[in-house]
Amino acid sequence: MAHMNPAPVLDAAKDKTMVLNMGPQHPSTHGVLRLLLEIDGETIVRMVPDIGFLHTGIEKTCEAKFYQQIVPLTDRIDYLCPMVNNLCYVLSVEKLLGLEIPPRAQWMRVLLAELQRISSHLVWLGTHAMDIGAMSVFLYCFREREDLLRIYEMVSGQRMMTSYFRIGGLALDPPLGFFEKVKKFLDGFSEKIDEYENLLTGNRIFIDRLKDVARVSAEDALAIGLTGPALRASGVDWDLRRDMPYCGYENFKFKVPTSKDGDVWARYVCRVEELRQSREIAKQALEGMPSGPIKADAPKVVLPDREKMKTQMEALIYHFKIVTEGFTVPAGEVYQAIESPRGEMGYYIVSDGTAKPMRVHMRSPSYANLQALPAMCEGRLIADVVAAIGSIDIVLGEIDR
Amino acid sequence: MPLAPAITDLEQLKDRPVLAALLAWDQNAVQEARFDRNELTVYVARESIRPACTQLKSQGLTDFLSDVTCADYYPRDPRFEIAYHLLSMKRKERVRLKVRLDGNDPVIESITALWPSANFFEREIFDLFGIRFLGHPYLRRLVMPEDWEGHPLRKDYPVEGYR
Repeated sequence: MAHMNPAPVLDAAKDKTMVLNMGPQHPSTHGVLRLLLEIDGETIVRMVPDIGFLHTGIEKTCEAKFYQQIVPLTDRIDYLCPMVNNLCYVLSVEKLLGLEIPPRAQWMRVLLAELQRISSHLVWLGTHAMDIGAMSVFLYCFREREDLLRIYEMVSGQRMMTSYFRIGGLALDPPLGFFEKVKKFLDGFSEKIDEYENLLTGNRIFIDRLKDVARVSAEDALAIGLTGPALRASGVDWDLRRDMPYCGYENFKFKVPTSKDGDVWARYVCRVEELRQSREIAKQALEGMPSGPIKADAPKVVLPDREKMKTQMEALIYHFKIVTEGFTVPAGEVYQAIESPRGEMGYYIVSDGTAKPMRVHMRSPSYANLQALPAMCEGRLIADVVAAIGSIDIVLGEIDR
Repeated sequence: MPLAPAITDLEQLKDRPVLAALLAWDQNAVQEARFDRNELTVYVARESIRPACTQLKSQGLTDFLSDVTCADYYPRDPRFEIAYHLLSMKRKERVRLKVRLDGNDPVIESITALWPSANFFEREIFDLFGIRFLGHPYLRRLVMPEDWEGHPLRKDYPVEGYR
């Protein structure tokens, strides 16, 4: 697999090929991705991705903050599904602390994580179709995404940077009318998926642009680190929600869509089916939503209720301590991985026993998935690059961090 | 739920498939093992990381490289610890291999030949920690600008950068 280790210097000295610079500002690179393409006519001979334009040093910033102050930073990594990032971070800190989370908080987390998967896939579907040339799908997808953003706003006060999951539970109980609104959305959503499929799945032009493009075999996919829908579309039946359950996913029934083809079309089919499965999981979470507390019983870690703070001296002291000094986390290291809409998202956190982490590393799915792009595109036409980028669904925020 | 204490005794852990395989292959390669918070960590000697990964891969004990990263334990020496997170999809189990590296001229063998996915991970470690990977096909800065001085994720590098 020589193509997976691209040689750096694009050798355009031979008369036949030329070097084309695609990005960093290009509408179909989904952010600031720069691709160096060595092309022979319309055919790509070699491709070298160049990243780092959005690098803000989040990992370094984390080392200077208290554990609870890092939650808002994780929103900004993958801005299409902030709650999934929150979830992965709080799960890893809870694992470090050995904290038990009440069932209601867990089910709320699952419900919102699945809604986030839906809204993230909607952005993918809209932009992917628009890259191919189907403009109207984008408008349909963003119509439903708007409903979802209103739901996030209802629960957290923010449309995008939600920071709703906290270490030890949730920030607030969901407001009145929240579950009804989610139910209304989920009930109507099945028809909406049919609507998108009516526009795309039988569309001759769309099929021609996607079928047999950017094929990846199962072995290559594993070797190069592909995860998520892109891996499942290559025929590897692996989903962390089912195979290594976290946050109570073992209580939910759902199918994991796979395909053997490994091309852009297969990835499209898998993701659209995931929309339906996520809706199923969200429905189950909604129907079985337990009652009870939304925060763990750990006064040294979780901020006390406002009511208690005003009536109990201890609660006030704990509140003051957590806000001013943070809370200490026993020394050790954990790696917690979850299934984000794009694949395996993992947080590796090393604690040295103080209130600030010694090291926080994010294993972001897009980062590993991007490495597959040269393998997908080399030997194909420039137009296929756009389809291939859309099919691995990268978010540059989490690639550069 | 209080945390269970970490198990560090090799005797108690040697029935774990990955550790058993590594011990059977080369006793000297395994320096230390720890089972903490449901995660198995095996410290491997610096020279044997690539052959150890080759062993695990060829025996079918791990089939996927999740992540490679590094942590700086400055001012302790050896200051760097590189962590390889390996996953077995068949057994649904993770293992973390770790290698200690000292601060002056940290060098380690690259595993890109085994798992091409290590390419970006190793480049990022080179970029942010200044650790060189022997045999890496293209070891250049990845996220920082090409002409950047210093390695930002080292502990002796200030959070605000050098002014």
